[in-house]
Amino acid sequence: MSSRIAVHDPRGYPPKVAGKRLAPRLESLDGKVVYLVDCRFDNSDAFMEQMREWFAEHLPAVKTRIIQTRESWVDDPQMRAKVEEDGDAAILGVGL
Amino acid sequence: MSLEERGVPTIAVHTHVFARLAKSAALANGMPRTRQVFVPQPVVGVSPAQLRAYIEGDDKITGRPFVQEVMEGLSRPLDQEDLKGSTFERSTPRLLEPDTEDNLQELFIRNRWTDFLPITLPTEERVARMLKGTSHPPDKVVGRLRPTAFREFWEFTVEKVAVNAVMAGARPEYLPVILAMAASGQTARSSSTNSFATISVVNGPIRNEIGMDSGIGVMGPYNHANATIGRAYGLLSQNLQGGSVPGESYMGTLGNWYGYTAAFPEAEERSPWQPLHVQHGFKPTDSTVSIFFGGWYTHAGQGPRETWQNLLIRTLIATDHYLPPFLVMDPIAAREFHRLGFSKEGLITWCAENARLPARDYWDNQWIQTLMHPLAVAGVEPYATRLKAAPDELVQLFLPEDINIVVAGGETQGFWKIFGGRYGGRGPGAPVTDKGKVASPTLSVDAWR
Repeated sequence: MSSRIAVHDPRGYPPKVAGKRLAPRLESLDGKVVYLVDCRFDNSDAFMEQMREWFAEHLPAVKTRIIQTRESWVDDPQMRAKVEEDGDAAILGVGL
Repeated sequence: MSLEERGVPTIAVHTHVFARLAKSAALANGMPRTRQVFVPQPVVGVSPAQLRAYIEGDDKITGRPFVQEVMEGLSRPLDQEDLKGSTFERSTPRLLEPDTEDNLQELFIRNRWTDFLPITLPTEERVARMLKGTSHPPDKVVGRLRPTAFREFWEFTVEKVAVNAVMAGARPEYLPVILAMAASGQTARSSSTNSFATISVVNGPIRNEIGMDSGIGVMGPYNHANATIGRAYGLLSQNLQGGSVPGESYMGTLGNWYGYTAAFPEAEERSPWQPLHVQHGFKPTDSTVSIFFGGWYTHAGQGPRETWQNLLIRTLIATDHYLPPFLVMDPIAAREFHRLGFSKEGLITWCAENARLPARDYWDNQWIQTLMHPLAVAGVEPYATRLKAAPDELVQLFLPEDINIVVAGGETQGFWKIFGGRYGGRGPGAPVTDKGKVASPTLSVDAWR
């Protein structure tokens, strides 16, 4: 029978994960402002334009506004502040 | 997720191949129940009509109507699971449960802790021997790594780096180089769809002290130190950052052979030019390792011969130019360029000045469009000037500071190679310091002796 040996675990140390709550949901989107956040991946602007047109045709009571992040891959506090200030909900995309 | 935290109900749209990655990133950020919807891949290059069809079709993961998922994601009341989020701690033990060598080898493969080539098991004795390669204590924190900007950092110590160095087959005297690589903040296992790897260049006295070879086959499997140092960097990156698992924490569509190992020393003694580390402010007697991020494209040529200008220009404009060129020249080629009157800086300037494409072609590159276009719109140079150019106007692809040249090779031919290799600078995967500045890609090896 082969002998048993002890070896090191090769993995690093993960951080503690602090749970975060989701925001309260809306009862209805009617009359609400929904930001369509274009995250600036190639063609995501076209996707969000199609989302805007879809809402205009099918749910005209929902007010949509397209907004872009300053850069792709980079957090944009100004964009977030704008959405938080003026918006009721957000749809982000397209993350590849 | 930041918007959710600030009270804005949010739903994120992804393409379906990123489903596992999106869900694991949400979990690692403490919001596993974040609302996500999935359209088919690809979105890039798809017509508006097809995008509309995605929206009016089904979510590619759940099979339910996409718009229904969107509406419910923003309006379905939260349940108890949504409200509590997910707080948890993960731990990794110092030692694994003792087992037979065969079983442990299988365990390492099953857990994706290897590169699927045979490894040396990191026994306590071997790791203790490896640790003799540095004066730093085993429990000293070396740094943090992550596979991409939206994942969490994992931390690691000198001992953890030594464990991975043992696995790669490295010798204790290589450890200071490997520790410097680990301390760079730059992962060699980026999760980018671009299949980025890293290519590392070692400079200074350490090259000869540990037996690295800058001669024949410098970038091939012909030297123990070259091979195992590069391999150790790859293994430590994937294991110390929390994994590099296809579909979950690795998305490189083609993968990259340089991911196995890519580290070599500069042939300083045979180069007509200043070594790389001296160009970047170190003394010739300092030992360093410089990390180039990319390895995405590789081109090659010979010369300079009679039409060398045309060859070099053709090669430079054939690059995927969001990733700057990193030239490695055999000493024969370097000396020939030197004889033509070029300093290293002069040749770099010549390359930057002559590598030009019509603006239409430049801006049609997907990553130039994704990464550089927003900067151009914001007025950041040189992108703003390139954006102002007429479609047929030739625009400069690179600035001199983007381009690097290193001399290495066995002088059996006057060849050169050009790799995609970002030396510092901005972009996906670029390491930053604690103060948010771009971290230096040349690290002191002496600091880790």
